[in-house]
Amino acid sequence: MCPVERPSEYDMSLANRKATYKPYAQAIPSGFVIEKLDTAPCRMGCPAHLNVQGYVAMVKQGKYKEAIEIIMQDLPFPGILGRVCPHKCEAGCRRMEVDSAVSIRELKRVAADHVDLNDLPVPAITPKNKKVAVIGSGPAGLTAAYFLALDGFKVSVYESMPEAGGMMRYGIPEHRLPRTVLDAEINNLKRFGIEIHTNTAIGKDISLKELKDHGADAIFIAVGAWRSLKLRIPGEEADGVTDVTTFLREVHLGNLHKVNGKVIVIGGGHSALDGARVALRLGAEEAHIIYRRSRSEMLAEPEEVEEAEKEGIKIHFLTAPVKVLNEKGRVAGIECIRTELTEPDSTGRRKPVPIEGSNFTIDANHIIPAIGQEPDLSFLGKDSIVETTTWNNVKVNQETLQTNDDGIFAGGDVITGPATVIEAVEAGQRAAKYIGLYLQGEKLPKEWQDEPAMGDNWVPVPENEPVQERMKIPTLDVQKRITNFEEVALAVDVKDAQAEAARCLDCGGCCECYQCVSACTAKAVTIETHAEQERIVSIHVGSVILTPGLKPFNPDKLDNYQHKQYRNVVTSIEFERILSAGGPSAGHVLRPSDNKEPEKIAWLQCVGSRDSNKSANEYCSGVCCMYAIKESVIAKEHIGEHFEPTIFFMDMRTHGKDFEKYYERAKKDGVRFIRSRVHSITEKDESGTLDLRYVTEAGEIVNEQFDMVVLSVGMEPSDSVKDLAETFGIELNEYKFVKTNEMTPVNTSRPGVFVAGVAQGCKDIPQSVMEASAAACIAGIGLSSARGTQVQAKKFPAETSIEGQDARIGVFVCNCGVNIGGVADVPSVVEYAKNLPGVAYVEQNLFSCSQDTQEKIVGVIKEKKLNRIVVAACTPRTHEPLFQETIRNAGLNPYLFEMANIRNQCTWVHSNNKELATQKAKDLVKMAVSRASLLESIPALSVDVDRTALVVGGGVAGMTAAISLADQGFPTTIVEKTSALGGAAKDVVKTWKGEDVQAFVSSLVEQVEKHPDISILLNSEVTAASGFVGNFETTVTTNGSTKTIKHGAGVIATGAHATETDEYLYGKSPRVTKWHELEKDPEKLKSAESIVFIQCVGSRTEERPYCSRICCTSSISQAVAIKQENPDTGVYILYRDIRAYAEREVLYKKARELGVIFIRYSLDNKPVVEETKDGLSVKVFDPILQQLLEIEADYVNLATAIEANHNEAISAFYKIPVNEEKFFMEAHAKLRPVDFATDGLYVCGLAHYPKPLDESISQAMAAAGRAATVLGKSSIQVSPLVSKVNEEKCIGCGLCAEVCAFSAITLEEVEGKGKRAKNIPASCKGCGLCAASCPQKAIMMLHFKDEQIIASICAAA
Amino acid sequence: MAEFEPKIVAFLCNWCAYAGADLAGVSRMQYPSNLRTVRVMCSGRVDPSFVVKALKEGCDGVLVAG
Repeated sequence: MCPVERPSEYDMSLANRKATYKPYAQAIPSGFVIEKLDTAPCRMGCPAHLNVQGYVAMVKQGKYKEAIEIIMQDLPFPGILGRVCPHKCEAGCRRMEVDSAVSIRELKRVAADHVDLNDLPVPAITPKNKKVAVIGSGPAGLTAAYFLALDGFKVSVYESMPEAGGMMRYGIPEHRLPRTVLDAEINNLKRFGIEIHTNTAIGKDISLKELKDHGADAIFIAVGAWRSLKLRIPGEEADGVTDVTTFLREVHLGNLHKVNGKVIVIGGGHSALDGARVALRLGAEEAHIIYRRSRSEMLAEPEEVEEAEKEGIKIHFLTAPVKVLNEKGRVAGIECIRTELTEPDSTGRRKPVPIEGSNFTIDANHIIPAIGQEPDLSFLGKDSIVETTTWNNVKVNQETLQTNDDGIFAGGDVITGPATVIEAVEAGQRAAKYIGLYLQGEKLPKEWQDEPAMGDNWVPVPENEPVQERMKIPTLDVQKRITNFEEVALAVDVKDAQAEAARCLDCGGCCECYQCVSACTAKAVTIETHAEQERIVSIHVGSVILTPGLKPFNPDKLDNYQHKQYRNVVTSIEFERILSAGGPSAGHVLRPSDNKEPEKIAWLQCVGSRDSNKSANEYCSGVCCMYAIKESVIAKEHIGEHFEPTIFFMDMRTHGKDFEKYYERAKKDGVRFIRSRVHSITEKDESGTLDLRYVTEAGEIVNEQFDMVVLSVGMEPSDSVKDLAETFGIELNEYKFVKTNEMTPVNTSRPGVFVAGVAQGCKDIPQSVMEASAAACIAGIGLSSARGTQVQAKKFPAETSIEGQDARIGVFVCNCGVNIGGVADVPSVVEYAKNLPGVAYVEQNLFSCSQDTQEKIVGVIKEKKLNRIVVAACTPRTHEPLFQETIRNAGLNPYLFEMANIRNQCTWVHSNNKELATQKAKDLVKMAVSRASLLESIPALSVDVDRTALVVGGGVAGMTAAISLADQGFPTTIVEKTSALGGAAKDVVKTWKGEDVQAFVSSLVEQVEKHPDISILLNSEVTAASGFVGNFETTVTTNGSTKTIKHGAGVIATGAHATETDEYLYGKSPRVTKWHELEKDPEKLKSAESIVFIQCVGSRTEERPYCSRICCTSSISQAVAIKQENPDTGVYILYRDIRAYAEREVLYKKARELGVIFIRYSLDNKPVVEETKDGLSVKVFDPILQQLLEIEADYVNLATAIEANHNEAISAFYKIPVNEEKFFMEAHAKLRPVDFATDGLYVCGLAHYPKPLDESISQAMAAAGRAATVLGKSSIQVSPLVSKVNEEKCIGCGLCAEVCAFSAITLEEVEGKGKRAKNIPASCKGCGLCAASCPQKAIMMLHFKDEQIIASICAAA
Repeated sequence: MAEFEPKIVAFLCNWCAYAGADLAGVSRMQYPSNLRTVRVMCSGRVDPSFVVKALKEGCDGVLVAG
């Protein structure tokens, strides 16, 4: 419904959205927002603050009635103002920044011309017992009358002339304002109960006092300014001089039909032009205007002046009258003098001064002065106390329009002198507002109330908005118009008007047309919603977690990528939208230039990353390699086998869990990887195909064409990070990420303030989610004493027993707006349901899920004593919980509820056949009712939680998890296999940032040992485990003796280790070492002249197809340390891809600056290490030099693969899976990175995947945080939809236990009976396999009993 | 005589096939209206006797999806 289109931020401006929109499909909360910016300048510029943007938007859509309704909210004269308004609105139109203003006034006329006001409903008016008399039926008086009548006041208008309208009728001529329009709009007012008494002159026919005496509680004086000012020059008393007001009035009263001879009008306003043009139409031979200023100072609009000149009216600018020439008392001509204009004075006006001796005369038969008017206040009478000004206007309070006489208000020309219709309308609005308040006894302001200043937070003018000329308004041919009073401006074509309206830039966002309010039958959007304002709320909190996220790098400032210039160069984020099923092309990959499917796309890596020259982001963004591969693979899936994706990269960084396998698979699937930075991009031709120029690693220059280029843009901290840092007083690092350190990765520099996600540094989703859980955990530690204190438990009424009752089923059939009701015949479904057995009540609802319907259902259940409920609506998968809660509120057990899915599985999929859809809906309701009649109450099932934890593994991850749990008050046991705590970290000297790891490990061990809530079992292993969430039992064997530990949650932190190798002479030569062995031997380092590091020893191979993630950083750190200690030592790192992700890239850069030499090798051409007589020789093929190098080395240090420990046993005990490389498998790689699929068990540290210390720590805290969600409660609710064994029928065959995937059925010895099956309800997932497989039918599945299912089947058949 | 229109009972697993049928609706796909769905928590719940029962009651086809 919304007429305003705006570029969709979510679709990266590749598509549009409305001003009322859902931010994105999965947005939470799942609701719509309305974009409200500052009020558009047109509305602000209009004296009456008409909602211009709103009615223009309606005209754009051809909704003229709606346009008029919007206009009528602010004034009653759309057709009149659509013709005569001087359109100040257009002066502020921002379309002028593109071309010219929107022709707003004309669009108003178009709307008015298409609507008969009688077709508009008169709103319901609540009468108020007060009367208002309005004196004068001009625009001010009638507008005031209109709004007062709408407010419920009884309004009488008194008009001295024979017809209503004031200057609109007796001043403005018909060629500008046809009387049919005027009459229609005035007559329309009578429908609002306004009485208009014409031919009734106040002061003559009835006095002011009499009005009051007759019951007028307030009086509004709006008599206008009808008395023309005198020229004050000699001779103006002559016959043939008629002031313009009198002239026009006489014409319009029908008293004057003919003008002979030559007419001269004096003045530069509307009435001057009107006078001249009317005189011409009445037969004047010539009509002249003399005006003492120049064309640009004329008050009448330029188009008006132009039309007058076309008609032959001669305008003498810079000419002032001096004397009227008489001949026998009759006008013969006028003597004039030329003037010139002074420089603008302090008011900005240029004053005309006569030029001495420039006098001349013009012959004339008639002279019509039109130099101004003033009110005629004689009607007030001598006794009136109403004050006047020196200008002979009525004196009022400018804000409230009150005169000094209580109850008497005045407005319009009578207080300002002659002005425009729209200004009079404003006076009418104002008068109505304050008279209304006055009559209700409100206190009125004494002073002028300034309006809020105009804001400028508008929709930006689109950069490439095409120029579209303003609509031309056709006019009647001059010859056809100068002899009559036909309307000069002709009606414009409807199509032109709509195109003109479409030129509007929608400055204010939402145009407040309120079409969404009318469209929302659920009344979720209301006028009040629209009026909602930003509120500032204070919340008292104990800690704060900052997660402001990232900003994608903007490549527009880099000239070599041509992102803005070439249509087919898009960013990776834009490409994500192109790939998305919910995106601008619904998932079809189309290139922007011609919407054709691309056959070749190039991804360019490291745009805005690893680049200190152009982007100033010298860090690696860490995620782009992987997402580029993903995009290329998905694009290939979408486009097809023939699609050729190419990724241009520097180092391929697929260091995440299972990422390397994805990379290898992509290569096999035809993604081409080229190690090169593209030098330049040019557009080949009009089609938008792109020429890429690049150099291969071997030095060859290549030109290649691609249909599209995707820029893999890096990450920057979001703009709000800086503001948040200031607000919270926390430190940022040099790249403006929140500063943290390796040992406390989610702590900011301020206690109690934590950070997670990219705000802290570049990272992917799993790492962000881990940090978020870690931050929640550490925030929870500080708040553990307050846990649960602010929780409000929802209370339900006591459950009523339905035992022994016959079914009394209530059926609620939902229309879902038109989603169901628009297809299926809902009333006939209702009638059908009434006759089904057991049904006691049926009704239909517009939206069954709406709040008010829910309340109604509760009431009906109680009133009709219903004991089973069927809702025929959408899907139980989304709505069953809601309705179950509803019936609980009525005292019913939640399982006495059934849904018939007549939307998703009926009306939506059979919308093309209403009859069949209705039949199916009836059948589905019948099935639901049959089943419902057999439904039974099922009591809730909860299990107590043992609020303790077990941590398997005593490394950094295990210890961190244990401390994090124990600090929250959950006693924790650590089970450590070896004789000491510390794990793999015991071998590490320093972190890559230089922090002392041994000191950290020692302090951690000390904390664990001293903690009252942590017990440590060294030399211990888990040898058996059973149980379920909240109630695990783990058997631990310590030096041969076993004990059983009960715990509610478990954290698996069994670690990993560096592999041994026999490659590169390791184990054969003492000069070949691995990992930290070399750095721990200072003697070797001191004596060495040349050291070679070899990377990927055993990683990224067929045997171990994964990256060990930490080795590049470790070797580079060691190399940097060696170079810093002894710059003359030659240090070489032989690598396959340097994976110095995130800010580690800066360390890599530093190593190169220090002279560390990096040489790439490939897996099929590995380096060769040989012993020589003085040391070692390392041979490696350098791909850049394209030759074999031989390096003499004193020592070779190997970065061997990190391998999982023996996790198989633990995996089997707890039924938690490991991947092919024996690392534990989390429940979801991205969204649940520390959870297992089994509730209550969590994973962290190297047991999950190789990772550096900071990531292990945050994952360990995350695991503890997740465990706390279980341990934080004394019991947990589990689904009571479980199987039940009938021990009498059971024969103990054990088939059920065999088929149960959840170990929820066991066989137990029953005395005297042998083995019998037994359920473990807390483990049961309710699948019902056991029930289906039991040959004895001894197992029933609650809520899905055989007879309940069969009832549905029988009803369906 | 009108063309033969089969009556088909479908047992759909709540977690996959039933969700898929919902999604078909969300996507406004159109298919013949002959299906009558019985939701189960797992296709493994479908006892063979249910299939026999459906056919005996006069259904022309049974679909088990999960």
